[in-house]
Amino acid sequence: MIEENFDAIVVGAGMSGNAAAYTMASHGLKVLQLERGEYPGSKNVQGAIMYANMLEKIIPDFRDDAPLERHLVEQRLWVMDDTSHTGIHYRSDDFNEAKPNRYTIIRAQFDKWFSRKVREAGATVLCETTVTELIRDAKDRVIGVRTDRAGGAIYADVVVLAEGVCGLLGTRAGLRQMPKPQTVALAVKEMHFLPEEVIEQRFGLKGDEGCVIEAVGTTSRSMAGLGFLYTNKESISLGIGCLVSDFAAMVESPYVLLDALKSHPSIRPLIAGSEVKEYSAHLIPEGGYKAIPQLFGDGWVVVGDAAQLNNAIHREGSNLAMTSGRIAAEAIIEVNSRNAPMTKRNLALYKAMLDKSFVVKDLKKYKDMPALLHTNSCNYFTTYPRLMSQAAQNFMRVDGTPKIEKEKATTAAFIKARSRWGLLSDAVRLALAWR
Amino acid sequence: MTIAVTKSRVEDKLYQNRYLVDSGRPHIKVRPHERPSANLLALTHVCPAKCYELNDKGQVEITADGCMECGTCRILCETSGEIEWNYPRGGFGVLFKFG
Repeated sequence: MIEENFDAIVVGAGMSGNAAAYTMASHGLKVLQLERGEYPGSKNVQGAIMYANMLEKIIPDFRDDAPLERHLVEQRLWVMDDTSHTGIHYRSDDFNEAKPNRYTIIRAQFDKWFSRKVREAGATVLCETTVTELIRDAKDRVIGVRTDRAGGAIYADVVVLAEGVCGLLGTRAGLRQMPKPQTVALAVKEMHFLPEEVIEQRFGLKGDEGCVIEAVGTTSRSMAGLGFLYTNKESISLGIGCLVSDFAAMVESPYVLLDALKSHPSIRPLIAGSEVKEYSAHLIPEGGYKAIPQLFGDGWVVVGDAAQLNNAIHREGSNLAMTSGRIAAEAIIEVNSRNAPMTKRNLALYKAMLDKSFVVKDLKKYKDMPALLHTNSCNYFTTYPRLMSQAAQNFMRVDGTPKIEKEKATTAAFIKARSRWGLLSDAVRLALAWR
Repeated sequence: MTIAVTKSRVEDKLYQNRYLVDSGRPHIKVRPHERPSANLLALTHVCPAKCYELNDKGQVEITADGCMECGTCRILCETSGEIEWNYPRGGFGVLFKFG
């Protein structure tokens, strides 16, 4: 179908692929981007929160025409048990700034916009094209890709694998291992539509202000998991995700968890009367620093979710994707400008640059968190949430019990559930992993 | 009764979604087996589109029409060789309106 030779082929039109394709094309490289969906975004699923700073580094004036839903002024972190939530809320008028920091977005719409920018920058974007195989030469260097279109071999100096969390091409080609059930979460989500003014009333918002809720607790049924609720302009994204290994071991159904979350007394009134227009599912990389695979080789680099770059603690993924895509592109541009070959040795520049960025530094900081939360999930996701709720209720409820007895009862409940040694050890391990 | 209710709920959810089904070319296949492994059996509950079901011979079957291409089954069962997993041909499969 395409006889030419490209400077770069980008596989996938998600956040990392678009960032890479845009950056390379706007520096004059001849770029072909391949996307298996009918349009960019049609296969992509995210919560979704988009972080302005990382997009600004790619498209500084994105606010002029990007489809943004609401800028966030409030974040609620909830610990839930079956009938309650205990929360830390942070809301600040400082977030109502000229250039807001975080926005909710709807990926199918956002990705179409981003892809338009990629095409305007000069890249060729081909949708409805599934890449089936990497083409390698006798020396095992990646020299192109094969697709499911007729005559589908296309050649390029370098292939940017922005193929998403499953990473079919790279794992089949032996460039990296398939993600393990204990290093990926399965998340399901529904889009609940409500009139704009109803969302604003329910969350105390005005104009484009937005609010997000993220919740851990008994809603994940002792599995390592997180529920989320994000306000869009005229809809609410509501979902829950847990580790795939936990789902398999507990033989739980994600849609049952989602329905339970929807009927939780703290969530139900927020979505009452909504019309659900879509149900989606997606995997999320959760392995952190220790799950980062080989990132480059002869004729290829891997970026975004395919490289398992996701900060599960801060729930940041798309900004790591955009940043890794941009940095990979910058490394390729640098090698290209020297007229040097896209060898493993030269492309090591990508990893060197990524190591210096927040992407790897943040993942490194939390390198021990996945193991901590995933191996003791019952404590963190059921026992402590229940204890917190009991403690809070005991503190709030006025029933004539002397306060000193209430305090003793709360302390006793914690010790009974986890023992003194258990409490101390949980605290120390959490502190060490967080460090 | 409970099973029937759950099933209809998932189907109601999937009914909202847009798909272009590649008729006669399912992108995921379950290989013939005598007894399913624990992971394959778990998929009858874990698959978010409930594509996997147990037949009356105790084997797991798949109908991939409602698949959202999340990859959970690939992660759980491809390594053991119990399933064969590919993306649908370009343009086919789930087409998220919002994502």
